[in-house]
Amino acid sequence: MPGIVIIGAGECGIRAALTAREAGYDGPITVLGDEAALPYERPLLSKPNSGGVVEKLIATREALDDMSITLETDVSVTAIDRDERMVVRAQGDPLPFRKLLLATGARARRLSCPGGDRARVLRTMEDARAIYSAAGTARSAVIVGAGLIGLELAAELTGRGLGVTVLEAGPRPLGRNVPERLASKLTTRHQQAGVEVLCGVQVASCTESDVVLEDGRAIAADLIVAAIGVEPNVELAVSAGLTIQNGIRVDRRLVTDDPDILAAGDCAAVEMRSGLHLRYETWQNAQAQGEVAGRNLAGGNKEFDVPVWFWSDHYEIGLQGVGDTSGQPAASREMGRDSEILFFLNDAGALIGAAGLGQGSAVAKDIKIAQRLIGTTLDPVLLSDPAHNLKKLLRAA
Amino acid sequence: MADWIDACAKDDIEEEDLIRFDHGDRTFAIYRSPEDEFFCTDGRCTHEDVHLADGLVMDHTIECPKHNGQFDYRTGEAKRAPVCVNLATYPVKVEGDRVFIEI
Repeated sequence: MPGIVIIGAGECGIRAALTAREAGYDGPITVLGDEAALPYERPLLSKPNSGGVVEKLIATREALDDMSITLETDVSVTAIDRDERMVVRAQGDPLPFRKLLLATGARARRLSCPGGDRARVLRTMEDARAIYSAAGTARSAVIVGAGLIGLELAAELTGRGLGVTVLEAGPRPLGRNVPERLASKLTTRHQQAGVEVLCGVQVASCTESDVVLEDGRAIAADLIVAAIGVEPNVELAVSAGLTIQNGIRVDRRLVTDDPDILAAGDCAAVEMRSGLHLRYETWQNAQAQGEVAGRNLAGGNKEFDVPVWFWSDHYEIGLQGVGDTSGQPAASREMGRDSEILFFLNDAGALIGAAGLGQGSAVAKDIKIAQRLIGTTLDPVLLSDPAHNLKKLLRAA
Repeated sequence: MADWIDACAKDDIEEEDLIRFDHGDRTFAIYRSPEDEFFCTDGRCTHEDVHLADGLVMDHTIECPKHNGQFDYRTGEAKRAPVCVNLATYPVKVEGDRVFIEI
């Protein structure tokens, strides 16, 4: 009997499989992963401990067996046959499906300049092991891209004694998803640790020993890492004739043009309330969309409606953000010990996002409260007053 | 032998909140429920090495500051992925305005 087939064994695919089973679906569930390793948590790859890369499984083989979920690792899916409702693998018979989930994720963008193949990327367990292994003998590292991954890695490598330079093409670090004020504080912390951050620079080439900029400067680099974002893995969807719009386009129920094919996680551009299709690349998004997809694969009719949330760790500092923090903050809450949260309101005065920076998890609690307050009209004066417990606002909402 | 440890004053913890309590080389989390009852669990999440004291208490649930994992702090039961291992819990008694935990 054809069952549920899930392509992709990362956070999203595995979460969808577990959720479909928990939702009561009792047919076959097969997850196809392209890596040899059992499904693991990627956020830890940029946060190794003294023992090296931390390998944390999303689910053990036993846990999957207990749920009667079949996991195939190291599988290459070559095509989706929509007419026959089958998934074609490089080896073995075609696998029929009743419902199919594309949780194919994304892959790290690579440097396209001459010598760009010298640059490593950080996306998989294998990538992480190769980077930390190379860092063991390297004295200097250049990281291209001052996004969250690039800067987390900069903190890690400078902590290992390497001279680290971060190169950013844009006007400032973290320009895509962190408010300028917090990005600036975090950059200062990196500079205090000895990381050199150069913005508005373009890489011309990578040589045996250096990264050469377009202005002619050469920066010594025993180790080069490209942290310049990801490309969604949409090739299977393209060849199956599904609509692509910066990702596999899906509606609010995560359904593609084909009612029996869903997409979720890093690869999916999901319809928002605004009508826009947005694609997110956070761990929480993969988890939350995986849960919605799992319910809908099991026959549910759930809409995705969870504000995007992320965390990022640098040295002793924790950064968290939720919702839309792209505009100007309406309120700033200074909480001592260098902790600060910025709140973002829309024209009607309703909360649309918040982002904060502090020691360890100092801002976590208030960011979680902010997540629950999204959509609520709030007084910026109260938001700015650290003596006014945010939970009071939540109880009043 | 288990001992009763004087951990904190009742009013050190706000209603529907928690505090961190370190004892020797161990760390605990002590909670005050909306019904004004007190509970105690291990201080770190079972998923990653994160102090729960920075997390959010809603009703009888503690949400880990990192991954949104949730536990029922009264029983230690893991309630939401990614956590799947329950938290250890410890007996609590209140005498006067002091909170004691048995560890």
